[in-house]
Amino acid sequence: MAIVSRSRTERLVNLVICLLSTRRYLTAAQIAATVPGYEHDPEDPKEHEAFQRKFERDKAELRALGVPLETGTASIFDTEVGYRIARRDYALPPILLAPDEAAAVGVAARLWRHAGLAAAATSGLAKLRAGGVEVDPHATLGVEPVIAVDAAFEPLTAAARQRRHVSFDYRVPERDRPSTRHLQPWGVVCWRGRWYVVGHDTDREAPRCFRLSRIVSSVRAYGGEGAFTPPADLNLIDYVARSSGPNELTNTAKVLVRHGRAAGVRRWATSKQSTVDGDVVELRYGCAESFAGWLVGYGADVTVLEPDDLRKATVARLEEVARVSSPTRESSLAGV
Amino acid sequence: MTASAGDRLARLLNLVPYLLARPGIRISEAAADLGVSEDQLRDDLELLWVCGVPGYGPGDLIDMSFDGDRVTVTYDAGINRPLRLTPDEATALVVALRTLQETPGVADREAIERALHKIEDAAAVDAPPVAVRLPGDDDRLSTLRGMVSRGKALRISYYSAARDVTSERVIDPMRLLSVSGRSYLEAWCRQAQGVRMFRVDRIDSLVELDESASPPPGAVGADLTEGVFQPDPRSPLVTLRVGRGSRWITEYYPCETVVEVPGSERLARSGGVATNDSERLARSDGVATNDSERPSRSGVATNDGEWLVSLRVNDMDWARRFVLGLGPDVVVVEPEELAEAVRVSAQNALDNYS
Repeated sequence: MAIVSRSRTERLVNLVICLLSTRRYLTAAQIAATVPGYEHDPEDPKEHEAFQRKFERDKAELRALGVPLETGTASIFDTEVGYRIARRDYALPPILLAPDEAAAVGVAARLWRHAGLAAAATSGLAKLRAGGVEVDPHATLGVEPVIAVDAAFEPLTAAARQRRHVSFDYRVPERDRPSTRHLQPWGVVCWRGRWYVVGHDTDREAPRCFRLSRIVSSVRAYGGEGAFTPPADLNLIDYVARSSGPNELTNTAKVLVRHGRAAGVRRWATSKQSTVDGDVVELRYGCAESFAGWLVGYGADVTVLEPDDLRKATVARLEEVARVSSPTRESSLAGV
Repeated sequence: MTASAGDRLARLLNLVPYLLARPGIRISEAAADLGVSEDQLRDDLELLWVCGVPGYGPGDLIDMSFDGDRVTVTYDAGINRPLRLTPDEATALVVALRTLQETPGVADREAIERALHKIEDAAAVDAPPVAVRLPGDDDRLSTLRGMVSRGKALRISYYSAARDVTSERVIDPMRLLSVSGRSYLEAWCRQAQGVRMFRVDRIDSLVELDESASPPPGAVGADLTEGVFQPDPRSPLVTLRVGRGSRWITEYYPCETVVEVPGSERLARSGGVATNDSERLARSDGVATNDSERPSRSGVATNDGEWLVSLRVNDMDWARRFVLGLGPDVVVVEPEELAEAVRVSAQNALDNYS
């Protein structure tokens, strides 16, 4: 690792203090004449150029840290741009956290299983503590959520925040090729443990949501900031929840379950009646087709007694499975 | 290199307000608290000591008084507050707090909410456009949390999906976790003599025992970096031919390999893919695409859009139920014993109806 020169860090600290202490905009020349570490002969083109490069690097460094460098001119007669840091933009506002609140923030900051966001949470917490918040590092809230996000999370939240358009390649398992999608991202949602982005799809001219794990390219943000306005009454959760559709269990089935078998079916039974052939259990379900698919998984351990449509759907599915799993399938078809 | 310069600058800008808020703090305590060595902290303090406001005379430089091992900042040169949270920092903290708040069974939800409001207010930027909703039975998890904190062993009735049986076992709870929207109780299982993750929604009943939970000293929690379920590389490999409508299994189960069946592309294209365009969130039972798009249904042998999927399976009987449940869209390629088990199961089940 390269050793960072102490003088550079020292110069940057002095630069921040200097720009915080001034109310007037200071030009680069004034800064060079003031802050230790920028001394040079402005008449010497080589030295001057070196200074300019150094100063550009330092400004970039401060901006990367989030230091709000303001630019402007000291008076209308000035032509050269100057710099200062407004205290109200620089300083974390006073924040008083009760011990239980601070404990919650401390716990929250260590939940990320994502390098970039874990680092951001840690540096955010360090600022709160520098602001006087005391955090008990051993606090626990009884249940530890693990927060893992897909790679697209960071660029999509940034784009949603800045209201910039994005495009990405999206692959749905049922499709053969990824397709490139264009979106005005309104926000990102965690729903049932999976992450989605919700927004206006500019190709489809309609709202859409996309699962982050299915984004197979990097997320490309394009165009300027503030390019769109999300709907005023937008509720991100509602949007994703609505897309997932209701799954109400409005039907009841009677199923014969062999003695001591198919525990996975038994645990959903609303009632049970023992017979010589097995237990007759009642089960609630929504769609007959998908419920039949689930029951078929239990093979001969379950037999649908009623209703008839479920019974038929189950038999039809079993017949198909028997057909495709038959080793003579290919040859028998060839002989047709 | 630049990152470490930025790191050090960030640390130094934080250090002055940190010390200002804690007059007379021991250097050793501050170093431990800030996660740096004492030598590093002393070096940081020395550097700050030569920084200050223009003029850079004795009264302009950051000043500190030392009393043995204790330090107090007596002049801060204007850096008396930490920097504002960056948008990334605000997002990381706010999303983590929102997740915590949504986690079923979490203690002190009200304190989390108060903290969340204060952090959102303190962030210079708008609240991050991120919403979190986690499923789960909050009452049940709260009950479990109480039990875990009382430190008693539990007798549970647990449904094992791998073996399709419900059995009684005594466990020594270690911690409660929520991962990808599911709650788990990590515990020492006395029956299995090992640390196990129990899915809370598969605990069908539980009784708190009158004896202390005592996981053996060597019992440690799982590393969850790669997710809760990691297939055992020694487990047998199962290869399936998976039709378009069941390809979703590759998103839900860790697969070793996924390859297209040769020749399926031509058919897929000529067949015209017209699946519903919007994201299908309801993951019911793999009944996915429109049936008319699957010529196999009409009895024509085809491999339209099929994938060859290989996955590690701990239990062949689980695999049998898994393949049966997926229906005719999935065919076992190998091992042969599994293909046979599926075929026999389907035939036996059909016999129930004849």
